[in-house]
Amino acid sequence: MTIAPEKPAQNRLVDHFERGLDAPICLTWELTYACNLACAHCLSSSGRRDPRELTTSQCEAVIDELQRMQVFYVNVGGGEPTIRPDFWHLLDYAVDHQVGVKFSTNGVRLTPDRARRLAATDYVDVQISLDGATAEVNDRVRGAGSYATAVTALENLADAGFGDAKISVVCTRENIDQLDDFAALADRFGATLRLTRLRPSGRGADVWDDLHPLPHQQRRLYDWLCAHGDRVLTGDSFFHLSAFGEALPGLNLCGAGRVVCLIDPVGDVYACPFAIHDQFLAGNLLRDGGFQRVWKGSPLFTSLREPQSAGACSGCQHFDACRGGCMAAKFFTGLPLDGPDPECVQGFGEDALARPRSVPASSVDHSRSTPTRNQPVLLQLRTRPPATACAESPLAGFSPEESA
Amino acid sequence: MIDEPWTLSPSVALRPEPFGALAYHFGSRRLTFLKTPALVRVVRELADHADVRSALTAAGVPAGQHQAYAAALAGLAEADMIRPRVSAAPAKEER
Ligand code: SF4
Ligand code: SF4
Repeated sequence: MTIAPEKPAQNRLVDHFERGLDAPICLTWELTYACNLACAHCLSSSGRRDPRELTTSQCEAVIDELQRMQVFYVNVGGGEPTIRPDFWHLLDYAVDHQVGVKFSTNGVRLTPDRARRLAATDYVDVQISLDGATAEVNDRVRGAGSYATAVTALENLADAGFGDAKISVVCTRENIDQLDDFAALADRFGATLRLTRLRPSGRGADVWDDLHPLPHQQRRLYDWLCAHGDRVLTGDSFFHLSAFGEALPGLNLCGAGRVVCLIDPVGDVYACPFAIHDQFLAGNLLRDGGFQRVWKGSPLFTSLREPQSAGACSGCQHFDACRGGCMAAKFFTGLPLDGPDPECVQGFGEDALARPRSVPASSVDHSRSTPTRNQPVLLQLRTRPPATACAESPLAGFSPEESA
Repeated sequence: MIDEPWTLSPSVALRPEPFGALAYHFGSRRLTFLKTPALVRVVRELADHADVRSALTAAGVPAGQHQAYAAALAGLAEADMIRPRVSAAPAKEER
């Protein structure tokens, strides 16, 4: 909501946002790369814990700094944040320091007892990830049993009287027909639906071609959001769809490094949670003198806050609303950052995807090297046998006798 | 409203920004943008003045703009960013 006595046209908030704020308004903090699941589209390629992950006292220092910067709330995620043994302590520590927490979880640790304790805590929001309104659709992407885990967590929260949990859905080709079912599910648990865009980030890059909504599904999604958008949360997910017509509710610009930011489990600061790649690494809060120093002074963020070229989008009549779409979606599909989004509703993205392009290799990957018991079908389908033995074992072909 | 005593809501924190300030309500978790420095000054002055009008004057808002600012303040009141002050006396003595 915006309050201004003067003419809004001369004083558009998005213009201020594009120049960057003194502190982020949409800060994501991933506490661990460890996860009990192995979702096929995981944006942070999570699985294994990183031995360099911030300790409890380092995390407390980050919270102290966020309090000083008046970052009023932080979106905590992972990996699966609740499997950190100090997770509940850090949650209380943040709340006690005027940093509200919204955490994303697959529900694995949300027992009835924990749900009751959460219901008694102010300033905590819980977001349960669910990528299908049925077990069949969900578990194909998130792994066997993950639907049941999420629904049990939602039941536990509702039974404990926790008001207004969030159900967070990544919109895919396979679940776009279930939007009404998701809304009904949210109603059943007194929850709010949150819809987000599938971006080709992390392991998402491997499945994006198969899972991203088709053009006619994008249209259906847009129409659905026009009809129901005031009841669902979308963040900055769908501003590229506003080129269909009216602007949708939500943040209508790419805020990466300007109002959006990610702190990863080892303290690396990236422009956006969907941009875990060396190219978007602004610094490290341990090595570079704290989060504020990185936020205010990093050369990457400074350059993102300068006017950006519209490139191939500059002639488009929808540019004012669409702004060329999502930087991460372009980067990880190998498209120029100053051109159309791969899902440009004018079809320019498809044309660009059809031309020769090179998709950047991921530079940060914590996926497990061995499959888990509940590995999603979609991931199994993608797992190809290693090309050579050495692709599996770093010691393959090494013989101590020979080199001695 | 303009002749009444008002104050910043106790659950609200203001964060200065180049364009004005962000107001965050810890209860409703709503974020509101105060898009001009003058409006931020007014909101900060409210508690120290007998009524909204004298807060506007103290913040340097010309009388001709008082109604426009009162409308903006009404919007803030609706979101519980500011509240009527129960005691009629200013929180601090006016100098
Ligand atoms: S890169 Fe994409 S996901 Fe990240 S802030 Fe920009 S629009 Fe949002
Ligand atoms: S050409 Fe660019 S600005 Fe126009 S709709 Fe496509 S992505 Fe958006």
